[in-house]
Amino acid sequence: MVESTEPVYHGEASQPEPVLQARKLCKTYQMGEITVTALQDVDLDLFQGELTVLLGASGSGKSTLLNIIGGLDVPTSGKVLYRDRELPTQIDRELTNYRRMYVGFVFQFYNLIPSLTARENVALVTDIAENPMDPAESLALVGLENRINHFPSQLSGGEQQRVAIARAVAKKPQILLCDEPTGALDAETGKLVLKVLDTVNRETGTTTAIITHNADIAGMGDKVIRMSSGRIVEYHENAQRINIDEIDW
Amino acid sequence: MRMQVISIALVVATGIMSVMTMRGTYESLTWSQSSYYQLTRFADVWAPLVRAPVLIADKVALLAGVESVDTRITFLATLDLEGLDMPAQGRFVSLPEFGRPLLNDLLIKKGRYIVSGAPNEVIINEKFALARGLEPGQSVRAVMNGRARDLRIVGIANSPEHSYAVPPGALFPEDERYGVFWMSEEILGPAYDMDGAFNELVVRLSPQANPNAVLDGIDNILKPYGGLGAYLREDQLSHQIIENELTEIRINGTVIPAIFLGVAVFLLYLVLGRLIATQRNEIAVLKAFGYQDWEVGRHYLMYAMLAVALGSVIGAIGGIKLGEGMVNLYRQYLDIPNLFYRVTPSLLVMAVSISVLGACAGALSAVRKAANLPPAEAMRPASPTRFEPGPFEKMGVGKILSASGRMILRNIERKPIQGFFSALGVALSMAILVLGMFMFDSVLYMIDLQFRTIQREDLTLTFKEIMPDSVKFELLNMEGVSAVETYRMTAARLKSMQHEQEIAVQGLEAQSRMRRIINATGNEIPVPDGGLIISALLAKRLHVGPGDMLNVEWLEGKRLESRIPVSGIVEDFIGMSAYMSKRSLKQATGDSWVVSGAFLQVEESRREALLAHLKQVPGIAGVSSPELMLQTFYEELAKTIDITTSFLLGFACVIAIGVIYNGARISLSERGRELASLRVMGFHRREVAVLLLGEQALVTLLGIPLGCWIGYGLSKLIAGAIETDAYRIPFIADPKTYLIAAIIIVLAALASGFAVRRRLDRFNLVEVLKSRE
Repeated sequence: MVESTEPVYHGEASQPEPVLQARKLCKTYQMGEITVTALQDVDLDLFQGELTVLLGASGSGKSTLLNIIGGLDVPTSGKVLYRDRELPTQIDRELTNYRRMYVGFVFQFYNLIPSLTARENVALVTDIAENPMDPAESLALVGLENRINHFPSQLSGGEQQRVAIARAVAKKPQILLCDEPTGALDAETGKLVLKVLDTVNRETGTTTAIITHNADIAGMGDKVIRMSSGRIVEYHENAQRINIDEIDW
Repeated sequence: MRMQVISIALVVATGIMSVMTMRGTYESLTWSQSSYYQLTRFADVWAPLVRAPVLIADKVALLAGVESVDTRITFLATLDLEGLDMPAQGRFVSLPEFGRPLLNDLLIKKGRYIVSGAPNEVIINEKFALARGLEPGQSVRAVMNGRARDLRIVGIANSPEHSYAVPPGALFPEDERYGVFWMSEEILGPAYDMDGAFNELVVRLSPQANPNAVLDGIDNILKPYGGLGAYLREDQLSHQIIENELTEIRINGTVIPAIFLGVAVFLLYLVLGRLIATQRNEIAVLKAFGYQDWEVGRHYLMYAMLAVALGSVIGAIGGIKLGEGMVNLYRQYLDIPNLFYRVTPSLLVMAVSISVLGACAGALSAVRKAANLPPAEAMRPASPTRFEPGPFEKMGVGKILSASGRMILRNIERKPIQGFFSALGVALSMAILVLGMFMFDSVLYMIDLQFRTIQREDLTLTFKEIMPDSVKFELLNMEGVSAVETYRMTAARLKSMQHEQEIAVQGLEAQSRMRRIINATGNEIPVPDGGLIISALLAKRLHVGPGDMLNVEWLEGKRLESRIPVSGIVEDFIGMSAYMSKRSLKQATGDSWVVSGAFLQVEESRREALLAHLKQVPGIAGVSSPELMLQTFYEELAKTIDITTSFLLGFACVIAIGVIYNGARISLSERGRELASLRVMGFHRREVAVLLLGEQALVTLLGIPLGCWIGYGLSKLIAGAIETDAYRIPFIADPKTYLIAAIIIVLAALASGFAVRRRLDRFNLVEVLKSRE
């Protein structure tokens, strides 16, 4: 285990500018009389087009980190920069706009709207985006072109997650954040979903971060960051991304 | 959950308050009325006549069904009071020389009873005393049969006969210038040449009496003495007014509590149902540990009981306060002693029992689900809701809506019954507002029609006795009088087959401009030449229509009988009337050209001087001014409107807010995850609030027209239900009323929405999204 107290990247002249930077992020919660430290001095850079896997056990702080860089939560200290602009910590409207314009989310439990069809779930997002994809096109990207008029209750878990992915990418976000996207799925379906994420990342060039506790998934990313007890303890780059079919968990 | 329990408790409280207030007022009024009547030995029959020797009373006492008889002398006299524009009058009623009256006794409030033999001692009614600031020991000057007397007030009293004392020619009490005076017959008799005689007889009926037979018997005996038609207690004005109020309270006291308690039942069903749905796991655990079904059910029933208990306490305290206020209002215009709000244990028990039963009914269905849930099933998440396009979408409505719009529509279509009852709750609150405001619209319309359209005179004069029609010229010669129309009022008994009714027939001038016959829609009906125009209520009583013939027994003058056709029917609201032309009336009665009074048009600049002059004219029994009556009415009504409107507003808002707030909170609870997802996707708080509250907005928008319809129906029902001899309520549907009611409901809905929006804004997105769907 390598403890990192330095920023994870040292600038090299040939490195592209990061889409997102986190510097010295800390997050603490008060649970009655106990103070829980979810993040300690975390530095992170996400670059354009990269797929980063954030590994860690439950309670390692990976979800907290994702929530902060996604604008769902604010750090206790430290800062997050999106293309050199610091994310506000006080103004809800600006954080909402950040998520609206630049961030796509995929959650473990899909979070689809049950009263809307697959197409309508995607349309919810495209209706408020500036330059979105067509919902049908986005659903085709994830292989659901024949299921666009089905309600979530009529779709399998894997199909629902793919709708969630389609919804997240339809707005053409700059960053795609996935929190345990295969956590509620069986292995086969999970691989299917990972393939979709891989495809989306490659074909659209969207900067993608996948949180998982499953180390077997690490190989699918350009970079792998391991967290423990609220800190980044290991970082490495994969020379080559593996084929999803080769993943065995 | 706390705010939801509180909002339901408030609905329960309002229901209990309405029961306590209305039922409590009803019981208090009834109790006070009953004890008042008992204490004063209130008569069952009144029989006015011109004059008869006191011995005739013995004949009446022998009639079957008569338990006791009393006679008295009663006359109007002019009072000389300071500070009044209009002449003041007193109704003088004799008291026996020795002892108390056998019937219609007085309750002395201050001072004492008159002493036998003491000259010019009087007792006056309390309302008049209060209005004039009079006390025992003070004097009042009255012109009695042309002679001025200084009368010494020895006592102030109440009498059930004069709880609602209306001066002749007027429609409402005018306590400042009309009082009731009780005086020894020893003094009153000689003053009016009535020694050893009487001009009014009162009777107490025995329990098995046939009232109509007794009336017929009395009329037969008094006919030679100018009997003007005996009538029962139900036609006695003061009694009628109280009975009308009791009827109204009884109707409202049933409808309004039923509405509130119905809404409370619905809300409890909704809220408990949602609570149980969110606590499936907890229920499973309890059952796994061995809790019986009834024990689990009892746990959730306690929530309902908590709302009921809280509502009962608030409702009982509020109801007592409101009831006291309502009774206080009645005390101001009904002269009933010992009238105060009484809380009986049975009332409280009834109010709370109804609420408890209602709460159980609402909770039972939801609680049964919890009790019957097998533990293993309860531990599993509930199966996901299946959505599909609803009926409106299939009709094509969905095509014009955005995804957000379809979310709102499908959520409502998914639970149509719940949506309907929510809209119904809003509709009922709207209906309460419409109903309350309709009552005022109707009363204002009625009064406006009466005093602006029907009565166009500036002053109405009532003569002490009938006078020759030539008195018109004397009146015209008075300074300030610009026009005069005279009228004749004659007591008559109208008969059609077995139906009959005593009434005062009004003889108007053929081209009468000052007093017109106007129907409900404001159209004038010309004074008929040869026939009678009668009130619709009178026509209903007599079972006659236009063209039918009436047998008319004239109870004054030559006491002839005639057959007169019904020329027309007028839908009117105040009193029960019959009109003829003066000429036709003269021909029918066989009298000469005589009149009972006059309508005057006066020059405004000379009005004061004219009134001062009229005060001195001995032949005039009363002077009234429609304008003044209208002014007095508006002043009195304004006080009532303010109080009543505030309560109605409060009641309606409690329901509207209760329904919408709870609906929104339940929706928030059911869809919290969904709404948090939208925030994550970049929807702003306002956009998410629209999605949450859009459902409630739709419910409100559906509820408003439904409420208009229910309010319209209820108003029509109540207008039809209140039909008395004294007044009928016109059914008025003023669009302004519906608009105001709608605005109030929308504001209440917005307030509820705002309260829930604040909760939504404080959503911790991370926490909500962590929970498993």
